[in-house]
Amino acid sequence: MTPGLKVLAPGLCTTVQDLGRFGYQNIGVPVSGALDGFGLRLANALAGNPQEAPALEILISGPTLEIAADTARVALTGVGASLGIRSERPRSVAAGQSVTVRRGDVVQIALGRQSACGYLAVEGGIAVPRVLGSASTYVRAALGGLNGRALQRGNLVPLAAECASERSELRASVLPSAPADQPVRVVLGPQHKYFRKGSLAALLDAEFRVSKDADRMGMRLDGPLLHHKRGWDIVSDAIATGSIQVPGSGQPIVLLADHQTTGGYPKIATVISADLPALGRCRPGDPLRFAAVEVEMAEEISRETEREFAKLAATLEPVPNENGLDIGSLYGENLISGVTAGFE
Amino acid sequence: MKVRFLSAGDRALVIEFGDTVDRELSERVLGLEAIIRSRPPAGIIETVPTFRSLTVYYDPLLTSGTELQRSIGALLEVADSRRSGARLWRVPVCYEGEFAPDLADVARLTGLTPGEVVALHSGTRFHVYMLGFLPGFPYMGDLPAQLELPRRADPRLRVPAGSLSIATSLTAIYPYESPGGWHLIGATPIRMFDPERPEPALFAPGDAVSFRPIDAAAFASIRRAVDNGSYQVENAPIAK
Repeated sequence: MTPGLKVLAPGLCTTVQDLGRFGYQNIGVPVSGALDGFGLRLANALAGNPQEAPALEILISGPTLEIAADTARVALTGVGASLGIRSERPRSVAAGQSVTVRRGDVVQIALGRQSACGYLAVEGGIAVPRVLGSASTYVRAALGGLNGRALQRGNLVPLAAECASERSELRASVLPSAPADQPVRVVLGPQHKYFRKGSLAALLDAEFRVSKDADRMGMRLDGPLLHHKRGWDIVSDAIATGSIQVPGSGQPIVLLADHQTTGGYPKIATVISADLPALGRCRPGDPLRFAAVEVEMAEEISRETEREFAKLAATLEPVPNENGLDIGSLYGENLISGVTAGFE
Repeated sequence: MKVRFLSAGDRALVIEFGDTVDRELSERVLGLEAIIRSRPPAGIIETVPTFRSLTVYYDPLLTSGTELQRSIGALLEVADSRRSGARLWRVPVCYEGEFAPDLADVARLTGLTPGEVVALHSGTRFHVYMLGFLPGFPYMGDLPAQLELPRRADPRLRVPAGSLSIATSLTAIYPYESPGGWHLIGATPIRMFDPERPEPALFAPGDAVSFRPIDAAAFASIRRAVDNGSYQVENAPIAK
């Protein structure tokens, strides 16, 4: 029988994602891939996979999965997230380390309130076919992932490995901080000259908030309206991930992984690639500020971020207690379930 | 208009040739893309041609915007519009009944008869400017001036896959069911996008397309042939 993860509850929007589908934007195929590429890569590193291996992206509310393989080594990332494991030995494991589970164990993923997304990687990877070179799910055209869709109750997410390898579990020495404690850096343009001076200033000075209108395609921001100097209906050009496009309403939209490849609204600025993971972790209601950097600086930050990730991946450390029991995370989970209902 | 280099973040460089929809500009965009593909500077991930610009996606670990401006600037000197590989497609379209829900409106708004709308549309050879919006969605132009209309005031939430549409100076086919605001004047039974094909999108930017009117019975029989994999859309290389 194919080893897999049986979906007992799918969560709000759980999809298979890797680092994206490149090379087909010229024929209208979005890049897709993880909203938080950092989280995906770290989850894979903890699980012992290549960084670009497909994993489950979990948005807002997590799935419940039954292990249908002899054993499976899983690793969850996501600020404040945790794995609740129902088994002969029930336990809760904080995000940021790997843990091995057995056939019949039930894994419940709680994201907490600090991050919109989390990643569950499984050692050996998720065994879905690559479509146009990628396993990433693009729901609108039913490309990639598990039948081109978000997970549904009753699905079996096929795994490449029947059992976990013999080794100690790994944990990360440093985890990413909560989003929005730093301004999101942008490079102005390509169409910033289409906007009034006051609106350019507002983009960089004002506080915005992620609206409820947010998904894998993009997030609409609440805050000051940004006014165009000339018209807002431009002749379409390409859209890069992180583009901040401003339609006629003046309400900016930051375009994320599943954004269309081309579009006809002026783009006032583009979020730098190093800050896309933090942006992807933002939840509706989170505050956002922007700061401008020159493109040369953005490229240097991108290189520095890669060096930092390589260092992080090279310094994963064995988990001393192989049970993965973590009193702190148990406390964290109680806190989450106690507080959530009142605030939502 | 002078060629401009614009940054779209630290992974995309836009080479902008103008800000209009016209053939000459499109040929310059596609000409630059062709020469970049034949002699790619290091660090380029992919290129996306649009009406007015070519966007070059790059890996800042391998190159930089400044470096690419230099190497692409040099290629601009030698780029010309002699592309190769473009094809002319002849696409079967049923411009009748349920397949053409907006044909009567289009006729009324343009002051033509439905028959004249169809004759004008199917008598035009279109240029594929770019693909976007959805996988395989071709933006094709130019429509005869008599057929130019703004988008519909009330966009549809569900436009069926295969719908042939017009708006402004352009015509397009929806590869997937999706929301849409263009006027639907027909439908094609062919498949615009299929990830299993060696070339997933039927048309490439720079191709030429014309439409051949068919009736509902022909639509049904072509659809059956498409479904069992035995239909080949008529096409031929364009001699340059």
